[in-house]
Parts: sequence; structure tokens; C-alpha cells
Amino acid sequence: MGKTIAEKLLSRAAGKDVSAGDIVVASIDLAMTHDGSGHLAIRAMKSMGGERVWDPSKVKIVIDHVAPSAFDRTSDIHNELREFAHQQEVQLYDVGSGICHQLMIEDHVCPGMLAVATDSHTCSYGALGAFGTGIGATEMGAVLMLGKLWFMVPETIKIVLSGSPPPLTLPKDIVLFVAGEVGVDGATYRAIEYEGDAVREMSVSGRITLCNMAVEMGAKTGFVSTDEKTREYLAKVGRESCFQEVTPDPDAEYHDVIELEVDGLEPVVACPSQVDNVRAVAEVDDVEVNQVFIGSCTNGRLEDLLIAAQILDGKRVHPSVRAIVIPASRRVFLEALKLRVIEKLAKAGCVIAPPGCGPCAGAHMGVLGKGEVCVSTSNRNFVGRMGSPDAKVYLASPATAAASALTGRITDPREVLNR
Amino acid sequence: MSSHVFRGRVWKFGDNVTTDEIIPGRYRFKTDDIGEWAKHVLEGADPEFPKKVRPGDVVVAGKNFGSGSSREPAPLVIKHAGISAVIAKSFARIFFRNAINVGLPVVICEQLPDVTEAGDVVEVDLEKGMVRNLTKSVEFAATKIPNFLMQILMDGGLVEHIRKRGGAVWQDIG
Ligand code: SF4
Repeated sequence: MGKTIAEKLLSRAAGKDVSAGDIVVASIDLAMTHDGSGHLAIRAMKSMGGERVWDPSKVKIVIDHVAPSAFDRTSDIHNELREFAHQQEVQLYDVGSGICHQLMIEDHVCPGMLAVATDSHTCSYGALGAFGTGIGATEMGAVLMLGKLWFMVPETIKIVLSGSPPPLTLPKDIVLFVAGEVGVDGATYRAIEYEGDAVREMSVSGRITLCNMAVEMGAKTGFVSTDEKTREYLAKVGRESCFQEVTPDPDAEYHDVIELEVDGLEPVVACPSQVDNVRAVAEVDDVEVNQVFIGSCTNGRLEDLLIAAQILDGKRVHPSVRAIVIPASRRVFLEALKLRVIEKLAKAGCVIAPPGCGPCAGAHMGVLGKGEVCVSTSNRNFVGRMGSPDAKVYLASPATAAASALTGRITDPREVLNR
Repeated sequence: MSSHVFRGRVWKFGDNVTTDEIIPGRYRFKTDDIGEWAKHVLEGADPEFPKKVRPGDVVVAGKNFGSGSSREPAPLVIKHAGISAVIAKSFARIFFRNAINVGLPVVICEQLPDVTEAGDVVEVDLEKGMVRNLTKSVEFAATKIPNFLMQILMDGGLVEHIRKRGGAVWQDIG
């Protein structure tokens, strides 16, 4: 019987033939942790009796969640991570390098790999045909020591996206639409494979947005089969040699196949406070906005900043809005500088912050106050996610976010681009 | 009662309780003092909860409990607040793994949440895999979880488990 991508990749990592439902122990190719939980993972490893990480070349530590540090305790945690990385000869990405997932995708993730990290959005790596999934800090302690972990081989839901989206309807709109259809627990414990011509047409950056939000439907991970675009992306980041083809077998068995048309789609937002609370922008365009955030591992890449700059070029952010723009990595930042995207955004009145998570996790650099409304290109709009439990977060594409920054209310980008 | 039987007063929650409701980032990043975190446990879902919860109480919830982030402080802070077990119709994947790894008993049961109200007294028998609502005099079987996970839970979490056994039982799955 044929295999899904999840079954293929876990079979390789476990060194035997496995299928959905099996519980396996698999070797880890890449283990990443960050300043949100890395110190807990290190302490767990030490409490378990571990002294050295199993393979320093496979372990990466990123300081991105509160970077640069905003609190003295966080600074202590950063130092704990720096010291550990130094002692263990593990690569450390210090403040300003970028968001952990973006850095792993640029520098380390290869098709076919099995990666774990202490972060739920590790599922993003499926955009390159790798199996990435989030684990907790204690489990990471065991991984650091043993280089192995148990997995239940997930069943897979195939989501076929056909057609081509109208202009200014972006991958983020598509994935929010999908989340609205599937629901916040519609894919729990399962993997998602995205297929269809809309996915084949999509850039790797857009595919990362798709896979990034797999966990928002409860999924263990999300995948896009590799193709020429994957190869070109790897070549661009200087790692073409790690390309290999990752596709499901034609006779693979799926838990479910969901077919969705994106032809007639329009810009959407996920309204407070669940990701599947999705509505057309037009339905909520009277909502006034206090803060706009363009960034995060979901939408902080060059093409996201490009579309925002295109909308804001030569115009001014609305006086009642704070617009915060954060490139996902130093590479993205430098490319955006070169293309004068940063200049356009800054001239329009955006606040440009150093590469990192920024306000996405509600710790610093744009924490929302009581009653405030934020339009954010990130992936979660939960109660209390970005600050006060009384604040409201609307998830949107970078085009919708930029259009909303311009008008001061939630705005369909098609309304402003040619104004 | 054996150490794997818990009896306690119920706190009732609905579907999709998120990790940001359990312990939001604005507290989590400022400190790593779990006592501080525990002062805000589940505050996003019920602002009065941290003040009213008593050691031994049980959380009963609907579907997809613990959805969202991989933050382990979520189950940890519930355990620290003295909650003896969480019974839900289903759990988010990472929360479920984390709960077992930190030794917070998590029990999957479709039926019990529907017939249970806040303030009821429930009993969980981990070893037998049974849950009972003593107030309503009903009893249900919990969904079975693999033996090796039960062993980690009964050892009190993954750290204690590895210390006690010199490794994780799952290493032998092969
Ligand atoms: S950008 Fe947001 S979602 Fe992504 S890793 Fe950082 S905090 Fe998590």
C-alpha cells in the first residue's frame, strides 16, 4: 500500500516500514529551542543526568522571543542559553538574527528531514518537504540527551486547493479560509498535505504561511510536496545540494480529502478570539484599529513586506494607528533594505523593529492595552495572546494589514491600492 | 485511596481552552518563577479561578483543551496550582504530551464532561482507566493511552521516569 509523506518520512527516521497509527522511535535530524523555553529544556536534560548534547551539529538555539531582552529575568535566561551553547559547541543565533523557524528554513531544513523544536510552529518546515513538529521543554531535554523521540505516525488529511486566487488575495487569506473550513481542532493529531494547482503556483514563502498554520487546526504538521520551486529556494539560500524529492505515493491512504476552490476567494480576517472565526474583510470594515503588526513566522518574509510597501508607498499610516513592521530574519531585513522596502515603510510612518518575534507572543514591543484592536499578520488571535485579555486581535494578510494601517479601520486592500 | 486515584471538586471549562488562556506570554516571559505564573493560572478563561482553586480540585473541559502553543508551563502551572487531574473530551496534541511529561494526569473521556457541572465531585482512577462523577453517581471508561505513557505519568513525569529507570521506556520501542 502506498504511503503519505508523513509515513514516508517517519519510516526513514525510524529505520523501518511504518504506517499511520504505529508508535515509533525515530532519530532526530534537527533539534531547535529558543528563549521562550530553551532554559527549561537545558535544565530538564541536566536533571535527567545528561551532560552533553547527543550531536552538537544537530542542535540550534535561537534568541528571538524577547530579543533584545525586555526584562532582567529574560536577560538571565538569554545568558544561560549563550553559556550552554558555548559549552556544548552548539550554534547560537543571538538577538537580531531573526525568528527561529525562518532561520531554520533558511539555514538548516532539508527535504526529508525529521525536525523537532520547542515551538508549535515547527510545522512550517513541511513547506520544504520536511517533517517538523513541536514538542515541550522536558521532551526536548530527552531529545538533547538521546537524539531520539517517540512519535505516533499520524493519519493525513489531504487538502486540495484548486484554481488561482484573485489579485491581493494572498496565501494568508487562503490558509485562514482553510482554517475556517477545517476548524481549530479539525486536524488534531493528523498531518495535512496541501496539494492542487493553487499550491503549485504558490511561492515557497506562501507555502511556509500555509504550513505554519497547520497547528492552528490542531495538526501535528503540514506538508507541501517538493518541486522546482523548492529546489530554486534552496539554491537561493545556498543549499541546493540538500534537495531531494518528497512526494506522497499516488495510492497513499488519507483520513480525509478536502477540496477547496480559491478562485472566488476574497481577503478575509480571523476575528477574535479563535483562528477559525473567519469572515470577509468587507463584513468587519467598520472596526477601528489601534495597532497593525506586519511580521512573525507566518508573514514576515520579503514578499510580505513588499506587498505592504506597495500599499503604503508614498502614503502615511493613519494618525491613530501604530504600525509595527518586523522582518522575519536578518536575510529578509537586508534584502528589504536593498530593495528600499524598509525605506518606503519607514517613510510611511511604520516602526521598524529588529528581526525577531516582536509583539506576536505578547511579551514586548507592542503589547496591547485594554480594549485595543490589533490587525496582525501572525497566527494566533487568542484571548490575552498579544497583551490585555480585553484586547482584540484580527489575523490578516500583509496586504489587509497595510491597508488597515492606512485607513485606521479594517480595510480590504483592493479598496486602497489604486486610490 | 491509592496514589493513582484522585477525588476532587470540579472546575468546568468549555471547548478550545488555549494555552494563552492558561498562562499568557505577558507573564510567562517576565519570570521563570512558577509560583508567580500560578497566580494567573487559567485566568484568561475564568478570572476568578486562580483565587478560588484549591489543591486536589479537578478540571473538566470540552474538546481540544490546551490548544495553541507548545509552552510546557501550561500543564506545569495547572499542576502547580494543585489540580489533581484534567478530564477533557480531547486534548491538543502538544499539551497532552507535555502534561504527561510533567506528570499532570490527563484523562480523555467523551461522556463525563457532558454530565458534569462545576462543584460536582469526581474521582479518577488512573490505573483502572475509570472516571466517576460521585455527585451524579455515574461512571465512564476513559480512553486508553499507550502503556509507556501511563508509566511516565505514574512515575511523576519524564524527568523522574528517566532518573528512576536510567532511560525512557520508549527507547525500547525500536
Ligand atoms: S513569530 Fe510568533 S508564532 Fe512565530 S515563533 Fe515567534 S512567537 Fe511563535
